[in-house]
Amino acid sequence: MNFSLQHPVPPVDQVGAEARAAFFTKRSLKNDAKRAGLRLAVSMMDLTTLEGADTKGKVSQLCRKARQPMPARYQCPPCGAVCVYPNLVAHAVKELAGSGIPVASVATGFPSGQYPLELRLADTRHAVGEGAAEIDMVISRGAFLEGDFVRVFDEIAAVKEACGGALLKVIFETGELQTYDHVRFVSQLAIEAGADFIKTSTGKVAPAATLAVTLVMVEAVRDYFLATGRRIGVKPAGGIRTAKEALHYLVMVKETAGDDWLTPERFRFGASSLLLDVEMQIARMEEGRYQSAESFAKG
Amino acid sequence: MKQPKKTTPDLTFAAALDYAPSPETFPVTLKKRYELFIDGRFVAPKTGKYFASVNPATGKRHTLIAEAGKADLDAAVKSAHRAFEKTWGPMAPAERGKYLYRIARLLQEKARELAVLETMDGGKPIRESRDFDLPLVAAHFFHHAGWADKLEYAFPGRKPTPIGVAAQVIPWNFPLLMAAWKIAPALACGNTVVLKPAETTSVTALHLAEIFQEAGLPPGVVNLVTGPGETGAALVAHPGIDKVAFTGSTEVGKRIAAAVAGTKKRLTLELGGKAANLVFADAPLDEAVEGVINGIYFNQGHVCCAGSRLLVEESIHDEFVARLGRRLRTLRVGDPLDKNTDVGAINSKEQLGRITTLIGSGIEEGAELHESSCALPGEGYWCRPCFFTGVTPAHRIAREEIFGPVLGVMTFRTPSEAVQKANDTCYGLSAGIWTDKGSRIFKIASQLKAGVIWANTYNQFDPASPFGGYKESGFGREGGRQGLAAYVKLG
Repeated sequence: MNFSLQHPVPPVDQVGAEARAAFFTKRSLKNDAKRAGLRLAVSMMDLTTLEGADTKGKVSQLCRKARQPMPARYQCPPCGAVCVYPNLVAHAVKELAGSGIPVASVATGFPSGQYPLELRLADTRHAVGEGAAEIDMVISRGAFLEGDFVRVFDEIAAVKEACGGALLKVIFETGELQTYDHVRFVSQLAIEAGADFIKTSTGKVAPAATLAVTLVMVEAVRDYFLATGRRIGVKPAGGIRTAKEALHYLVMVKETAGDDWLTPERFRFGASSLLLDVEMQIARMEEGRYQSAESFAKG
Repeated sequence: MKQPKKTTPDLTFAAALDYAPSPETFPVTLKKRYELFIDGRFVAPKTGKYFASVNPATGKRHTLIAEAGKADLDAAVKSAHRAFEKTWGPMAPAERGKYLYRIARLLQEKARELAVLETMDGGKPIRESRDFDLPLVAAHFFHHAGWADKLEYAFPGRKPTPIGVAAQVIPWNFPLLMAAWKIAPALACGNTVVLKPAETTSVTALHLAEIFQEAGLPPGVVNLVTGPGETGAALVAHPGIDKVAFTGSTEVGKRIAAAVAGTKKRLTLELGGKAANLVFADAPLDEAVEGVINGIYFNQGHVCCAGSRLLVEESIHDEFVARLGRRLRTLRVGDPLDKNTDVGAINSKEQLGRITTLIGSGIEEGAELHESSCALPGEGYWCRPCFFTGVTPAHRIAREEIFGPVLGVMTFRTPSEAVQKANDTCYGLSAGIWTDKGSRIFKIASQLKAGVIWANTYNQFDPASPFGGYKESGFGREGGRQGLAAYVKLG
């Protein structure tokens, strides 16, 4: 296979990467740091519904939640985006009109990607045509594991072209790629092929996002920035359910890539149930006590 | 033609999501003064003298420690001897094990309190005393509790018997952990102990004595005598001692070796180090950077096995140094009791002076200093974590143990040069190898003259794993089966 990337891809030591990730969970965020971190997490959240049972009603509910997650007195920012299947993009765009919140659409034969490229590109163009400002594509994991890196690269480049002006997030499904060496390599490959964001998972495969796998991806975008000056975003998705975990991710980003990545433009959480726990924590910080989960509107 | 100036992309680690102070709030009270622990009781020193113990993070005195004199040492040794003859020596090994298990459990119960005391007395970050020191302290007692009635399996075909009274002198960098490393195997093997903590860090050893009382350990099995270096010298020279175990500087170790030469006393020494971390071009870079950072800045560099010499393959030197520099900027230096502190206070004014002198020598000899730009607290003893590039093996900072957060970076071209440079030292305690190639790890490790070698990791400890040095880093091993050998006579 004649394939090489422009930038070097260092090996990753599994034990070391996981130990480093565990280190970030020892950081203690209190008071103002916690207040700021929780609100930042909300602003980075791609509020997501990706089910066969999704309806316009469900999406309306989600969009309403994304616009104003909590009562105004909590000064909680809106979410980073709403992420839906292509069929529901137009409805989500309508529901979010005037909010400035982008609609993200999964595409390219999500979640498996096991479709002919032409169909996957058509899927992408359709979603963009419906008004999606962001496209969350899946790579062909089969091709990657076969070693057909040229195909994976070319497919990403083709989807990027089909995106036009839409932001491209490339999903690796790290739970299927398994090794950190694969993740570091595919991160570099996707970045060079044109990804604006690299994303861990579809949420349909376990394990989905982990702190260690996201760390390896953040290290990849950091090194690419240091080499080229271009900043790529990172989106862990799936499996992040508590405010505490979300803060661990923010700590990791802060201490790995620095301040420039602590913004929704460069870091997002793909999550559906995380918001509820973050809301509960924000309310506790302000009220000084916990409220029951029933006190918060579901997305 | 003049090239337009290119700006190199750089990371900013400034105000975004600044961590608010997060001090450990577990309440502890230091006693006004600490007495000697002799024959199972806390007793005032016959000297009537007490010396000040200082919190290095404030530079202020926080308690008083008894100064043991000759009469106190006599009493301690006599008590240990009596316990060896009457109670601990004749006791069934399984019964000794029960005491050690009880001590280990009590240590776990009081871990939080002891961690806070360790940090207040020694200056190390609470994260380290909580997550590293205390768990290992308990683990050493648990491990050796298990050995107490199984010693014959450690030495197949031999009949191990205890030696007698062990004099143990320990350093200030891991006060409680070093006490555990010394006391647990000595007791498991049936010996009794007179231990002298380091002058600047006696507090937690005396709280450990309370645990001995609570565990019902028979009087005299462990005695603690506090005082300056002279107290340690007098203890080691005491004629009632059968075995000497010392951890500390090579300079003092040599004096102890001379003092016990020609006596019946057995000796083990765990002394200084100047460990090399070897980073090959194919190393996992991010993890290697973490390993190097952990290797030198852990516990403010007050670690005998600290990876204080970085040997990096020349082809990746600039890249690796840039990564180290960026990582240095995210180290959090300050209040040791803050849970987010990575690097705490230097243990004492004297040690800060030694470190400062050696940093000065590095600058004078032409090496380039790269320092963290962090703000330092106004009072107490502090040193910015730093590293030097342009270091050669002849530099003082490449030869002498600094025992502070100071790293020297050198290069090598080939594996054989890496080995030659790594071994170019009078020490031989530890080393690290960073490479993605498994076969190289084994080949290089077999050529390094160091007692402990870590591959793609650093500072991993386990009571089951022997620890000790080559050359002027000492002799004898602590931990594991090998560590037991120092505390038994083999029939």
